[in-house]
Amino acid sequence: MSGRWREALRPVRAGRPRTADDGLPPSSHPAGTLLAQVTGVRLERGGRLVLDDADLAVRAGEVHALLGPNGAGKSTLLGVLTGDLVPEAGTVTVDGREVGAWHPTGLARRRAVLLQQVTVSFPFTAEEIVRMGRAPWARTAAEDDDDDAVASAMAAVDVTHLAARTVPSLSGGERARVALARVLAQRTGVLLLDEPTAALDLGHQELVLQLAREHARAGGAVVVVVHDLGLAAAYADRVTVVSEGRVRACGPTREVLTASLLSDVWRFPVEVLEHPHGGAPLVVPVRAHTRATTPASR
Amino acid sequence: MTSTPARVVAPPHRRRTAWFLGGLGVVLVVLTVVSGMLGQVPVTPTEVLGSLAHHVGLDVGPLPHHPQGENALWLVRFPRVVMAIVVGAALATAGALMQGVFGNPLADPGVIGVSSGAAVGAATVMVTAGALVPGSWVAAAAFVGGILTTALVYGLARSNGRTEVVTLVLTGIAVNAVAGGLLALLVLVADSAARDQIVFWQLGSLGGSTWNAVAVALPVAVVGVVGAFLLRRRLDLLTLGERAARHLGVDVERLRQVAIVLVALLVSAGVAFTGIIAFVGLVVPHLVRMVLGPSHRTLIPAAALGGAVVLLAADLVARTLVDNVDLPLGMITSLVGGPFFFWLLRRTRASQGGWA
Repeated sequence: MSGRWREALRPVRAGRPRTADDGLPPSSHPAGTLLAQVTGVRLERGGRLVLDDADLAVRAGEVHALLGPNGAGKSTLLGVLTGDLVPEAGTVTVDGREVGAWHPTGLARRRAVLLQQVTVSFPFTAEEIVRMGRAPWARTAAEDDDDDAVASAMAAVDVTHLAARTVPSLSGGERARVALARVLAQRTGVLLLDEPTAALDLGHQELVLQLAREHARAGGAVVVVVHDLGLAAAYADRVTVVSEGRVRACGPTREVLTASLLSDVWRFPVEVLEHPHGGAPLVVPVRAHTRATTPASR
Repeated sequence: MTSTPARVVAPPHRRRTAWFLGGLGVVLVVLTVVSGMLGQVPVTPTEVLGSLAHHVGLDVGPLPHHPQGENALWLVRFPRVVMAIVVGAALATAGALMQGVFGNPLADPGVIGVSSGAAVGAATVMVTAGALVPGSWVAAAAFVGGILTTALVYGLARSNGRTEVVTLVLTGIAVNAVAGGLLALLVLVADSAARDQIVFWQLGSLGGSTWNAVAVALPVAVVGVVGAFLLRRRLDLLTLGERAARHLGVDVERLRQVAIVLVALLVSAGVAFTGIIAFVGLVVPHLVRMVLGPSHRTLIPAAALGGAVVLLAADLVARTLVDNVDLPLGMITSLVGGPFFFWLLRRTRASQGGWA
């Protein structure tokens, strides 16, 4: 619909009942505000206990990294937080209300989710996909920001030049960035990102976590699953380490990321080194063959 | 709108949509006039238009000079034309809905058992009530059969308040198989007159369309097409997958229920009066997507219009290709639609690397 028509229909649209919930939540909150919480969650799948007494607090102003080896339950924990998975015990709240009590639209205005696997079943263009992120705000005052949100999200993750390309014609990393742009265009306070960096090159990995950090600094909250412990060390304010369905540790990044805990959880020797020029600590796996050839580094 | 940044994509797309829809509209009008002209009673194009004008109260243009001209137009050809438009639009819209809901370009209304259920319903009436059963009974039985089978497939595929797409499709295959068996049984026990009737019904035909049939099918089709159009934005979101659509505020289960009810209505309304007409629902949405892209905002109306054009053209061929013989419409659509679909697949694979 062209802008002119949209303007002409404005009074008609304003009179329409709004979907689900009429509150338009802000995307920015005072630092430390509890925006979502998982408490004492227990979940079984196929007779196997995949989450046991797991907790997670999502607070404004924080980038919260979820770390853990493959199959530890990170994505499951995120799935519980989004409401996709219903736990057998424990509570999940978003903005103070039980997650199951929300209409999907109400949730969609409070948190945006990037899934690990992003598929698109028909050849939509990148811009059309990003614009889908604005769906929760249809028929609200926030609809006016649609064009701005789409354009700035695409610029932020460097996909503006791909706008007219169809998704099947994009590379894996480009698709992942388009999906991330869609999530950013949703302009919610909480961002839940499941491995947003998996398909990305080094530069774009850093870019994505910088964006996460900016979002948190602007009063939002980010929960991000990453496998690169170095990235987590550099960008996360807080980390939760999950192992075998249980939270092994949770706290400020520097306190949690210790060589002994990481080596134990990942079952692989890991060193945590101070950066020679200051800055974030370096998390490095101990590689036996490099040790043997360069004994000086010991 | 304050500080509107330049839209990332300029709207040449929109112009193309307007041209495409306009073009289809023109073709539809031309086909309607041609359908009015051709047949055992010849009528000229100006007479067709003149007769139409007179019927809407405009005293312009000539009336058919042939003594049977008016009757041929208004009792035989026009009801058939309108029925072709209604059924074509209904089937193509149902196809677009199915493909959208299943996120699969190969989904067809047949998947959820509408067509086979309708066939069983119609055949049951033909066998039990004898060969002289009124057409309206057959239509009603087909309609009920289609809706009931869909409800059965959906009910069986559902568990814990959710329906998995793959489960739904596999349940559809199982139910379709049972329906096929029932149909075979009915053919076996039927006398030869009823048997002919069943076989012919399954081939599909618009012959014998009446204004009464139009009066039933048209409102149902309109409800279906309008309903499908209202779902357009949610159907677009569903292409991201079920979970992502839910994260964007779509009540996926509800959307799926509404869509399946609409599909059952659309297909049953069409199939009830005309029998099985294959491939329109599968091919037309594909063609539209190739030209206008996958957005349901343009796909739904364009598919409805395109389906109407395709079926009207197919019916024109069916009744004029061989003199004095009304070829089965379903036969034409399958014979042309099958190879055409194959060509479409090859072409898409060559140009875009498939639909994945």
